[in-house]
Amino acid sequence: MFWNEKMETLRGKELQELQLKRLKETVARTQNIGFYQKMFAEAGIRPEDIKTLDDLSKIPFTKKADLRGGYPFGFLAVPMSRINRIHTTSGTTGKPTVVAYTKNDLNSWSELIARNLTMVGLREGDMFQNASNYSLFTGGLGFHYGAERIGCAVVPAGVGNTKRQIEMIQDFGVNAIHCTPSYAMHLTEVAEDMHANLDSLRIGVFGAEAWSENMRRDLENRLNIKAYDSYGMSELFGPGVAFECPEQDGLHIWHDCYIVEIIDPKTGEVLPAGEKGEMVVTPLVKEAMPLLRYRTGDITMLMEDDCPCGRGQKIARLFGRSDDMLTVRGINVFPSQIEHVLKNIPEVGDQFMVYIDRVNHLDEMTIDVEINKHLFSGELSDLARLQNKIGKALHETLTLRANVQLVEPGSLPRFEGKAKRVVDRRTI
Amino acid sequence: MTRNKYFIKQLSIFSENKSGRLAAVAKVFEESKVNIHAFSIAEANSFGVVRAIVDKPELAFDAFSKQNYALQYTDVLGIKMNDVPGGLYHVANLLGSIGINIEYAYAFRTGTFGTLIVKVSSPEDAVEKILAAGLELVPATDYNF
Ligand SMILES: [Zn+2]
Repeated sequence: MFWNEKMETLRGKELQELQLKRLKETVARTQNIGFYQKMFAEAGIRPEDIKTLDDLSKIPFTKKADLRGGYPFGFLAVPMSRINRIHTTSGTTGKPTVVAYTKNDLNSWSELIARNLTMVGLREGDMFQNASNYSLFTGGLGFHYGAERIGCAVVPAGVGNTKRQIEMIQDFGVNAIHCTPSYAMHLTEVAEDMHANLDSLRIGVFGAEAWSENMRRDLENRLNIKAYDSYGMSELFGPGVAFECPEQDGLHIWHDCYIVEIIDPKTGEVLPAGEKGEMVVTPLVKEAMPLLRYRTGDITMLMEDDCPCGRGQKIARLFGRSDDMLTVRGINVFPSQIEHVLKNIPEVGDQFMVYIDRVNHLDEMTIDVEINKHLFSGELSDLARLQNKIGKALHETLTLRANVQLVEPGSLPRFEGKAKRVVDRRTI
Repeated sequence: MTRNKYFIKQLSIFSENKSGRLAAVAKVFEESKVNIHAFSIAEANSFGVVRAIVDKPELAFDAFSKQNYALQYTDVLGIKMNDVPGGLYHVANLLGSIGINIEYAYAFRTGTFGTLIVKVSSPEDAVEKILAAGLELVPATDYNF
């Protein structure tokens, strides 16, 4: 079922015409912003030079640091009197980034969330528990208004008090929940301890952090739900930019509202479908804060195959952040790819470390892997076999040879918070 | 007669091949008051397996497990050798002629005779063949208490 069938399935010439019309409007709006006036002048382009979708490539990228430089309201394209809401995103360094919305922006955003929730099976009359932060974080209010839009009964549960959250699901008969995947895991564990009956729950919508297919299977089995991945970022409204459909194989990004490009994060070169790179997004319906070619820092790819559900081209689930990307012998490598390979080999333990060295002008990648002590056979020959198996699996995925070292359980560093598993020892 | 009375419990301990690791392994034995009868190390570049025959394998196993080591019991056989020149040749030659495939072996001496520890792929069959060929096996209780 569709929320807005025409827009969700728009493709070919019709889609391109709409995108071009909206791109021109967006470019015109950006000319109210000092940053973009300067950018166009420096790049030697005028708004009227954008005549086709291909002309988009003439425009330089906008980076997160540019937005921070405009703190607080330097990127507004409309007078403050037209602003209806303000959110901020916490930066890891320095000042937050401020995002603002007109009435139309809030409407467009709710419409996108309504599409997503309808796509995964929510309907008028369903009860939706929004276990998400309701303050400056966009995940709370974003989902709240979107779920209200399709006629759900929304429980604005917010974060914390897990026992109370579980009681509400059980006592109210909640059908769907939105939260971060890690909170969903915690909630699952507590619910199991409480022997709670969560039979009414059918759908889980999880986002705002990376989560694996293993975690999906775990959540689906233990909560007896379908779990869907949600993608968004405040600069592009918030959650709802892209979302999984019931196929659970990639995320539909709404092409009538966002132009997607995948680039090589090092060179800026635009990559074809099927190749991994950094996603660059040009939002097409943002009024208060229009952006052009915004570098998301997220690594994904455009998928080549059509989706049976009839909606447009999908992006793959995220592979990681471009800041984490390594270039080894000219090949782009993400620590998440290594992690994925290792997680699928049972004889491998929990931890690994990656070291990059330059030996005789050549990059060498060494990966220390803890063995799983529960599957140690006692035989040296099995260890040698395991070492080869890991090396082969890594080579297949990375198209790069790595020197694999098996190390003792517990010998590698443990990390609290964000793991730093890569040590680049190259000196240029 | 049960053949597995000859199955000696060897401890096979995963260890990285770097300085200090052997001492770390030895220290666990020392702290758990376990006596080592025989000991060998097999290496493959950066890592290896420490093999040990000890008096109290269960006690040692627990002590290593507590310290997060990866280890496993391995059933091995102990064949008696005469402690004279040609003792090993005699045993090795016989084993070859009765078709016993040895995965690895190491030897040590106790009292008046030597013991050849062998790891074979199917110890049940091997026990039968070895005894039939007239060689003497050391009962496991001589080592593991
Ligand atoms: Zn689909």
